[in-house]
Amino acid sequence: MISVTGRELSAGQWALRSLRMDGTLLILLSLLLMLGLVVLFSATGESLAALENQVLRIGFGVAAMLVIAQIPVRVLRLIAPWLFVAGLVLLVAVLFFGEIGKGARRWLDTGLVRFQPSEIMKLAVPMMTAWYLSLRQGAPRARDLAVVLPIILVPVWLIMEQPDLGTAMLVGVAGLLVVFLAGLSWRWFTGLGALVAAAAPVLWLQMHDYQRQRVLTLFNPESDPLGTGYHIIQSQIAIGSGGFYGKGWLNGTQSQLDFLPERSTDFIFAVYAEEFGFMGVLLLLALYFAIVARGLWLASLAQDRFARLLGGSISLTFAVYMVVNIGMVTGLLPVVGVPLPLVSYGGTSLVTLMVAFGILMSIASEKRLVNR
Amino acid sequence: MDERDAYGQEQHDHRRFVARVVLSLVLLAAVLGLIGWHTASLQVGAHEHYTTLSENNRLRIEPIAPSRGVIRDRNGVLLAGNRASYQLEVTVEQADDLDRLLERLEDFVELSDADLERFRRGVEQRRPFQPVLLKAGLDDETVAHLAVSRHELPGVEIEARPMRYYPAGEAFTHVVGYVGRITREDLQRVDQRAYAGVSHIGKTGIEQHYEELLHGRPGHRQVEVNAQGRTIRELEVSPPTAGTDIHLTLDYNLQLAARRALGDQRGAIVAIEPASGDVLAMVSAPGFDAEPFVKGQSQEEFSALRDHPGRPLFNRVLHGQYPPGSTIKPIVALAGLHEEATTADREMFARGYYQIPGHERRYRDWRREGHGLVDMSRAIAVSSDVYFYDLAHDMGIDRITPMLEAFGIGEPTGIDLSGERTGIRPGRDWKRATHGTVWYPGETLITAIGQGYMLSTPLQMADFTTTLANRGERVSPRLLRAMGDGREQEIGETLLPDYRQPVALDEAHWDVIHESLVEAVHEPHGTAWGGVGSTRPEYTIAGKTGTSQVFSLGEDEEYDEDELARHLWDHALFTGYAPADNPQIAVAVLVEHGGSGGRVAAPKAREVMDAWLLGGGGMRLPVEEAGE
Repeated sequence: MISVTGRELSAGQWALRSLRMDGTLLILLSLLLMLGLVVLFSATGESLAALENQVLRIGFGVAAMLVIAQIPVRVLRLIAPWLFVAGLVLLVAVLFFGEIGKGARRWLDTGLVRFQPSEIMKLAVPMMTAWYLSLRQGAPRARDLAVVLPIILVPVWLIMEQPDLGTAMLVGVAGLLVVFLAGLSWRWFTGLGALVAAAAPVLWLQMHDYQRQRVLTLFNPESDPLGTGYHIIQSQIAIGSGGFYGKGWLNGTQSQLDFLPERSTDFIFAVYAEEFGFMGVLLLLALYFAIVARGLWLASLAQDRFARLLGGSISLTFAVYMVVNIGMVTGLLPVVGVPLPLVSYGGTSLVTLMVAFGILMSIASEKRLVNR
Repeated sequence: MDERDAYGQEQHDHRRFVARVVLSLVLLAAVLGLIGWHTASLQVGAHEHYTTLSENNRLRIEPIAPSRGVIRDRNGVLLAGNRASYQLEVTVEQADDLDRLLERLEDFVELSDADLERFRRGVEQRRPFQPVLLKAGLDDETVAHLAVSRHELPGVEIEARPMRYYPAGEAFTHVVGYVGRITREDLQRVDQRAYAGVSHIGKTGIEQHYEELLHGRPGHRQVEVNAQGRTIRELEVSPPTAGTDIHLTLDYNLQLAARRALGDQRGAIVAIEPASGDVLAMVSAPGFDAEPFVKGQSQEEFSALRDHPGRPLFNRVLHGQYPPGSTIKPIVALAGLHEEATTADREMFARGYYQIPGHERRYRDWRREGHGLVDMSRAIAVSSDVYFYDLAHDMGIDRITPMLEAFGIGEPTGIDLSGERTGIRPGRDWKRATHGTVWYPGETLITAIGQGYMLSTPLQMADFTTTLANRGERVSPRLLRAMGDGREQEIGETLLPDYRQPVALDEAHWDVIHESLVEAVHEPHGTAWGGVGSTRPEYTIAGKTGTSQVFSLGEDEEYDEDELARHLWDHALFTGYAPADNPQIAVAVLVEHGGSGGRVAAPKAREVMDAWLLGGGGMRLPVEEAGE
């Protein structure tokens, strides 16, 4: 088995070959992560401590990705329902025993580790949805939806109870993307759209005050210059004053003089846009697009429906994260607490994303084995 | 479906998937295009506009801390207030050489290592041009010196900031509590926006329990700053909302009287107004000064306080759990009457010890020669242990525990303070659950005299005394009397008492207990006669002494204070209410290692009752009653 291409391979080369991963994706992700560190250093006021933290997290994330990539897809498929059930149990647990912080109950402290069960659902919901649809063939029909919609909406509802509107939305999107990729008829999407439109008033009544405030500020940021609107105004000033070429690394006055709130986390894109300008923005968007396109390419090569749907959903969810964050920071979308994927400071979202890319690499490797 | 169909279907699904992927990519490209276009309009189209905003109109939002609600006693006496405190702050950007500046400042103020460490942390976390606290609580002289030399000290600023202070002193620290610097853990619990610009948060006592009420809501100031980040002018202000002032049920003078009564002894006194549940006094001694906790203190200072043998930081009222001793006897007697295990008139000959029939072991009476012929009233008045051993043996623990529960032993009183301990209500189930063993008959005997496993906090003792005074009606003890409307010393509407499940018993039973408690104080054979009754108080007191064992004696040993080390002395207890037929105050006194309840604790209760019923701002007791 050592002689694949007709010549003998050294043990090291063989080990490298048999490591399941996708080189192109790894390079693209590394570029993005490095760019992120560069921006982060500026956004944290040149804090070496923060940089060190983030490097550690990235190291952990990359390791997690490579480990996950070694798991065969059939194992992922096997554990999908169990992961989903475990996630549901933890979500219910968090509602009862979760730690409260900033008016929401999101964290579960097991004594050993402290984590947000809603993060598990970001992966468990698309996995479960893909698992179910891979048992079926053809475009999802009404009875499929009757199974799939509860799979998606129950976790979404539980997460909204915490309340964590941003994560709930992302989990819902990840699940719906699977259904979309499975080829759900357009009529259903029109119907769902109508349903959402009808449910909007009910949702509005269910929302917490701060969430309503965010929605209202979306339409008129200037109406609340001291509160939520301040974020948008200051971030637009930062972006706009960046110009075509930017003010240069570490030279963004908006960011450095602390006008920009949350500048190392949710609003880091504004720091980047101020210092690197429109050119930088185009580069970043291109990098994101390349990652998503590569992910979709790998997914569409997969022979297995579960792998295909999951891989496609992971890639597109990543795109949604990015669009929602950049849309929010530039003032196109409401302020929802979604970090800029792989760039914002913080570990939770980063590790979840890297695990997701690990799954994608596992899917990519599966394809390779079949083809050769 | 056969193999080929399945394969065809799979091919079909794959094609559909690819179609959706292509569509997604097109959509994504379109969205990214939109974002790109929008960003271009900001960065290229409106670049000039935003550059102007960025250059000239630099807005900054600064939080304005709300002023914390003050805490007053029931008559408006200030217990916790805010006053300006001068503090030394340094704006690092304006100092030429920070290390030299700090060196020079040493000539004016003493900078502890803790100050410097906090300052360095502050410097790391600050925003540009934000002044960082170096030293708080400057005295007037230092302020004057610094003000004169300020021009030689670039970057140094003296700011007046509101600081919590507690004018009522150490007698109030346990109950009122204190505020301290907000820690990282505090920030995890609270909404950080509500604490923007705020440095302190309630840590203990009322300050902690009513934090939300006292805190208020911060406001914001929109200021314009120049290119260096210095404030040029204020543009817009949304003022903070001040915290709510609160009035406690405590009486300043009574609290001090209770504190004086304890003197340099360790112990606790709780006084409750039976009708309302108002806690009139709540003292744990020794107390401590709250100021170092507000200003911050060094680790050594804190350790010295923490490790002090008197344990001043320990709030005995809420957290101290003691055997209630003989003060529990009236409740056991009520259980006996209610369960019809005995009658008030039944007499027995109380010797110096008791033996369970058929057993050798002797359960001793506190009085070695016994009390002779006693009925229930006399047994309570002279505090005969043997009478209660006998009663308890007849009843069995299962008929005693429910009455203890009805009076709240082993239950939180529900007072508006955090961290109240519940004590222990022993019983068969409790023992199985905690010790995993069966209940022995001998344990019933010592339970009936408040020894053994039973534990109670001084607050619980005052609480069950209140229930006795109210003849079974139970009000929750409370500290919040009213929420002020911000006007000076104005007391708002007082809150309604909070009633709990009453102890419903025959009126005749209450009469028996009531009379025996009066007998205990006012008759020469009563245990509180020597300490209180013999001095003829101006009103009638109903009370029960207690002496709870710290140190177990052998069957034949004699307890002798003179021979025992002080820390092995018994705890002295007294619970009582007055005036007996129209109770205005119920008091529980605990003196740790005080010795005899009658000699040591009862006179302290008397001092508190005197202060409430006779002293203070005029006679609270109608004159005609006073002569009784």
